[in-house]
Amino acid sequence: MNLRAVWAIYRAEMARAFRTVLQSIISPVISTSLYFVVFGSAIGSRITEIDGIPYGAFIVPGLMMLSLLTQSISNASFAIYFPKFVGSIYELLSAPVSYLEIIIAYVGGAATKSIMLGLIILGTAALFVPLRIEHPFWMIAFLVLTAVTFSLFGFIIGIWAKTFEQLQLVPLLIVTPLTFLGGSFYSIHMLPGIWKTITLFNPVVYLISGFRWSFYGKADVSVGVSLGMTLVFLAICIAIVAWIFKTGYRLRN
Amino acid sequence: MSSIISISGVTKTYATGFKALKEINLDIERGEIFALLGPNGAGKTTLISIVCGIVNRSSGSVSVDGHDIGRDYRAARSLIGLVPQELTIDAFETVWATVNYSRGLFGKAPNHAFVEKVLRDLSLWDKKDSKAITLSGGMKRRLMIAKALSHEPRVLFLDEPTAGVDVELRQDMWAMVRRLREDGVTIILTTHYIEEAEAMADRVGVINKGEIILVEGKAELMRKLGRKQMTMELRAPLAAIPDGLSRYALELSGDGNQLTYTYDNQSDRPGVASLIRDLEAAGVQFRDLDTKNSSLEEIFVSLLRQEP
Repeated sequence: MNLRAVWAIYRAEMARAFRTVLQSIISPVISTSLYFVVFGSAIGSRITEIDGIPYGAFIVPGLMMLSLLTQSISNASFAIYFPKFVGSIYELLSAPVSYLEIIIAYVGGAATKSIMLGLIILGTAALFVPLRIEHPFWMIAFLVLTAVTFSLFGFIIGIWAKTFEQLQLVPLLIVTPLTFLGGSFYSIHMLPGIWKTITLFNPVVYLISGFRWSFYGKADVSVGVSLGMTLVFLAICIAIVAWIFKTGYRLRN
Repeated sequence: MSSIISISGVTKTYATGFKALKEINLDIERGEIFALLGPNGAGKTTLISIVCGIVNRSSGSVSVDGHDIGRDYRAARSLIGLVPQELTIDAFETVWATVNYSRGLFGKAPNHAFVEKVLRDLSLWDKKDSKAITLSGGMKRRLMIAKALSHEPRVLFLDEPTAGVDVELRQDMWAMVRRLREDGVTIILTTHYIEEAEAMADRVGVINKGEIILVEGKAELMRKLGRKQMTMELRAPLAAIPDGLSRYALELSGDGNQLTYTYDNQSDRPGVASLIRDLEAAGVQFRDLDTKNSSLEEIFVSLLRQEP
């Protein structure tokens, strides 16, 4: 294991985050605060409680997941797309590093950043609403698992993308809608008949539901299913990455 | 074993069907400076990229110091430093950070003294805290070299090292390459600046359309294929080459003031002495005479012309 290389990449990735601190940390905090102002205070004051949880507190896990998903994807996809774009990826490809090491370093860096961000959002939320976390271990477990899974997903997008437009396409057209419709701002029990079933095809529902359970002990779907679905998505991402590296897809051709 | 890089039967066909390399066999000797010459699109960069692990080969095998680049890629790649043709650096990193990063990437323990020496040797020390984006083109090129040298490679690839580089940097670079060679580093450079190969290389390989068409010691190449030219400045202009001289391969300049004789300097009877006698007999007088060996460039052009 070339641990020095893993450390070098990881450190460079973290340095990049702190170099662009405004973009990577402050802007998500601002947008989350805006969600609180709009959904929590303005609209939320008209909705009293969902499943016995005050609305402002109810949306916290969903908001954290929203940032976690989008930031994990954008961190990881940009991290690998940018060197591809400017050409500096030659160095990575010519270095004595294995694919596993590349993944650990890049995905680790992206996941670390989004976990930090998730925690910052949690801290910001605590300023607005009273929070309680019933299952801290599972809260951290869902946080880490989701960050890693979606960083891997972002890594795949970064390798696949040939243009900046494609880089934005998946997050914009797929991830953001799925997250908004995944129960960030409502319980899926509030949906009318058929939509409740359709929603179950949205993988983000399981992430948010499981995560919210770790806070308040209440879930839309059972926690075991949430965990299972997250692991399935992780396994799919690992399989795709393994295939990419086996074939050199869009990297070594 | 004297060869440090051994390339055998390497081919590369891109997904588009373009055959970039057709069966390349090449051995690079330990400690030499090898120049790979070829026109644009000949396959120079593809070949280098395969050896360095950037591009997958379609078939064939490559070993670096006995390590197969597939099975034993860690050992193979850690011996190699690569300076690619394009200036591709993370623009927002500082010089110091990016060179130390490269060292770490190649698995070497941090060594600030060594990195400092590399930067000083390349006149980059003053810029160590500058971001790459603020550097001039020449400085960026130096930085790319510093990155390649940061992990103390035994083989250095320089892909078109002096394309678009000013005279000072070019001189510095040549001096650096010679210093590295004295330390036992093998250097492979691709170029289409023939004078570069001529000034630096021990051996020259010519690649064209994905095939190595010749590998030869530079001196032998010059001797074997070299031709010599003798140019005479005439006292009075000639309207045409006199009949008595028609058996020589003579060329008359447009203004009639210069006669040029091209001959094979390997020949036992190059014909120089008889030409001078015949010139005198024909009443052609010259006031000055100059001879020169044909350059590698001329050899190169004539080689490519022979290709079908």
